[in-house]
Amino acid sequence: MFMKILMFGWEFPPHITGGLGTACYGLTHSLAVEGAEIIFVVPKAFGDEDQSAVRLMGASDIEIDATDPDTIEFWKRVTYLEIGSNLIPYVTPEAFRRIVEEQQQQQSTEEQVMKAKFDFSGGYGADLLAEVSRYALIASRLACKQSFDVIHAHDWPTYPAGIAAAAVSGKPLIVHVHATEFDRSGTNINKEVYDIERRGMEAADRVIAVSNYTRNTVIEKYGIAPEKVVTVHNGIAAATDFSGSQKRHLKEKVVTFLGRLTLQKGPEYFVEAAHLLLQYNDNVRFVMAGSGDMLPKLVRQVARLGIGTRFHFTGFLGEQEVQQLFAMSDVFVMPSVSEPFGLVPLEAIRANVPVVISRQSGVSEVLDHVLKVDFWDVNALADAIHGLLSYDSLVNEFKKHGKKEVNELNWDNAAREVMTVYQDVVAVSQLT
Amino acid sequence: MKSICFYFQVHQPYRLRTYRFFEMGHEHHYYNDFENKHILNRVAQKCYLPMNELLLNLIGRYGDKFKVAFSISGSAIEQFRDYAPEVLESFAQLARTGNVEFLAETYAHSLASLKSKAEFGRQVNLHRKTIEELFGHKPTTFRNTELIYSDEIGEMVYDLGFDTMLTEGAKHVLGWKSPNHLYSNARKPELKVLLKNFKLSDDIAFRFSNQGWKEWPLTPEKFTGWITKSDKTDEVINLFMDYETFGEHQWRETGIFDFMKALPAKILKNADFTFRTPAEISKILQPVSAVHVPYPISWADEERDLTAWLGNEMQDEAFGKLLSLENKINHCKQPDILRDWYRLQNSDHFYYMCTKWFSDGDVHKYFNPYTSPYEAFINYMNVLSDFTIRVDEQCVAKSGEETADETTPRQAGPENTYADDAKKQTDERDGSNEFSFEHLKEISNAKLKKLLKEIDAENLAYALRDAGEDIRDRVLPNLTKTARREYDQAMAKMKKIKKEDIARGRDKIAQAFSRLFNP
Repeated sequence: MFMKILMFGWEFPPHITGGLGTACYGLTHSLAVEGAEIIFVVPKAFGDEDQSAVRLMGASDIEIDATDPDTIEFWKRVTYLEIGSNLIPYVTPEAFRRIVEEQQQQQSTEEQVMKAKFDFSGGYGADLLAEVSRYALIASRLACKQSFDVIHAHDWPTYPAGIAAAAVSGKPLIVHVHATEFDRSGTNINKEVYDIERRGMEAADRVIAVSNYTRNTVIEKYGIAPEKVVTVHNGIAAATDFSGSQKRHLKEKVVTFLGRLTLQKGPEYFVEAAHLLLQYNDNVRFVMAGSGDMLPKLVRQVARLGIGTRFHFTGFLGEQEVQQLFAMSDVFVMPSVSEPFGLVPLEAIRANVPVVISRQSGVSEVLDHVLKVDFWDVNALADAIHGLLSYDSLVNEFKKHGKKEVNELNWDNAAREVMTVYQDVVAVSQLT
Repeated sequence: MKSICFYFQVHQPYRLRTYRFFEMGHEHHYYNDFENKHILNRVAQKCYLPMNELLLNLIGRYGDKFKVAFSISGSAIEQFRDYAPEVLESFAQLARTGNVEFLAETYAHSLASLKSKAEFGRQVNLHRKTIEELFGHKPTTFRNTELIYSDEIGEMVYDLGFDTMLTEGAKHVLGWKSPNHLYSNARKPELKVLLKNFKLSDDIAFRFSNQGWKEWPLTPEKFTGWITKSDKTDEVINLFMDYETFGEHQWRETGIFDFMKALPAKILKNADFTFRTPAEISKILQPVSAVHVPYPISWADEERDLTAWLGNEMQDEAFGKLLSLENKINHCKQPDILRDWYRLQNSDHFYYMCTKWFSDGDVHKYFNPYTSPYEAFINYMNVLSDFTIRVDEQCVAKSGEETADETTPRQAGPENTYADDAKKQTDERDGSNEFSFEHLKEISNAKLKKLLKEIDAENLAYALRDAGEDIRDRVLPNLTKTARREYDQAMAKMKKIKKEDIARGRDKIAQAFSRLFNP
């Protein structure tokens, strides 16, 4: 069945950054293989040097080779449209205002942007919301000029654009939930963002959630009818194998945390588990990579527990450094309090590092060959890490099965499921 | 007349509690007592008690024509003693009919046969002795854990004094041969081998309630039809299954009890068949040939191999590390260490670590207290680490340290129960008027036996009712056979326990203790 999709997504070619851009690219790529034709609309205002503003984690970056025949085929099926807009996923209105201000002051060095990110507070600034509205307006004009069968919008800043396009064209709308306000801000949610999310989900003919975990949030916290919400687990794109190329310089075992240092990622549980382990095992070091608003608090926590000589902060790491860190790690830990999906553990497994993840993460739904604990159960977390540090046979079993399992999580399967959703909504809209 | 041979396996493992690494070195209690008790009582109510009653009634009705065999693991027996003594009594009742054969197995429901001849022998003898004490006859038929069998294991079993053994009628071993005859061991022709008819056994054990099965619902008429249609030359049909099939795996609502209640009548009406026990079949039939099993087989899964318990790196490491303690254990006389040594050998622990179920999960998840094999491994290894510390500290072989006690030295080996080995940790105490149960742990077996002679079964039962498991483990093995039987009966009869009764029981022991040390 031929399908033409108007998609409001996120991408920053030739360099995609962040989980959302990666997911949009991976999904679009496989949808094109499935035969969908896609008009791909992205907000784009910043130049190349500004990508650091939205860069969250180097681990999921993907370089795209424009001369690759596969990529050339892809562009035949995808019409790429940029709208002049400085919308950025993942930031709060408050942070958005600050970034834009800094932009205007022409002081966009990476250092300052990173510093600004530490101070993200979750407050409210009208600029981002105004920008979302403006983007929606342009989108509705665009929708008049194009022909398509389905509208597909990724995460809240594009939902109003999706709603507007649907209103103008009368075509079915799908909103794709990669993260909700509850994942970003915990209990301290921004009401206006929440409202935009809820309106998007309500207006949509179908809501796609990246995990059952997120699906439950959509149903319970946004009051969306369960039969309207479908889970399509994310995939992971094939990547180059970095394992084995790095040298280790420490004689101790290394346990790693890698992610934004925010409440939702549960970094303090990692510190507590480290403290517990260090009382029994002096042959281990802990590394916390990433930056975020909780950094000062975590540094104080480590100092108070007196484990500073065994617990190390690296700050933000780039792609190469991340691979280097994986290569010297014996255990990777993701103790997220709330994680719609979670790509980094998959990267770790690919680098042959066994992982411990929280049951409160979407990715735990698709992985068997990992250790799973409840994020709040520090004893269980410490015990899992201890097991991986102590028993080689356990590590070998993970290495044997882990990579294979991750490689099966490709975007082609996800794209097939999304195609089914497209066909469903089109069939329903033709009936009415 | 052809034979139908029912054999039921009764086993409950000692499931471990969640044991964290930071408990190592100071916390030595490993078991999830609450869960173990809960499961045991549930299965007792749903399966063991009602099914035992059903079998007892069938024996009452059909007399000599209806017989069955059981094997009850040592782990199950210990838990019955602690949590549901009435189940043991109901098995004893079945034993008294004379229509029920009790088989021997490894005491710990262990995989010892695959690794250590000495440990295997020790456990088999301990189990044989336990069964004899409980049911009054010495087993002559052996069944290994999970029906694991090979030519070599068969030879060991013969050397331990058995003349009959059960195993799986695995296709890849039998080839064109039928399981419906008596066979013999390839190395020791004197050992007769009975093979499970897995088709007919699994029709009851696994498929009975499967509504997607084309033969559903299975009726006694239909099942009897299949049996009578079997080959003219067939001599025996071996129906081997877990006893928990009745009421636990197949719920009462599926009609499994009604099926079993009606089946004997239908089969006996067909003049060709009667029910016999393995020992009887072994006597009346001639083996048609030897069965060659160079590599071990089991009754598990499609493959009928050992991969459910051993084979992945975690299982091999865990089992290897445990068995590597054997030499030290040989010198060990601590009852608590020997108890844990056996409990940690339950094959179930290794089964929980199997990674092959990720594809065909459901059957196995039902029996698994862990959410993943990795968790199972970590938890087991934490426990094993602590156990190893204890063994290293307490089980060092010291030369010339043997004191003249009533116990025989360890190397005399297999016949000893671990409790017989319990040796005085301190020399006999001088008189002390302050009696506590802990004192019982510290006196020699000889003194303890003397003390116990003065206490009648009922008082002892009350006194021990709320005493710790360690105290019971210390006391019970020192009872004579008769005293033990009386004690078990007293436990079974005990209904409403009054505080005064417990106090009276304890008082009696305290008095006896004081007389013993302050004449």
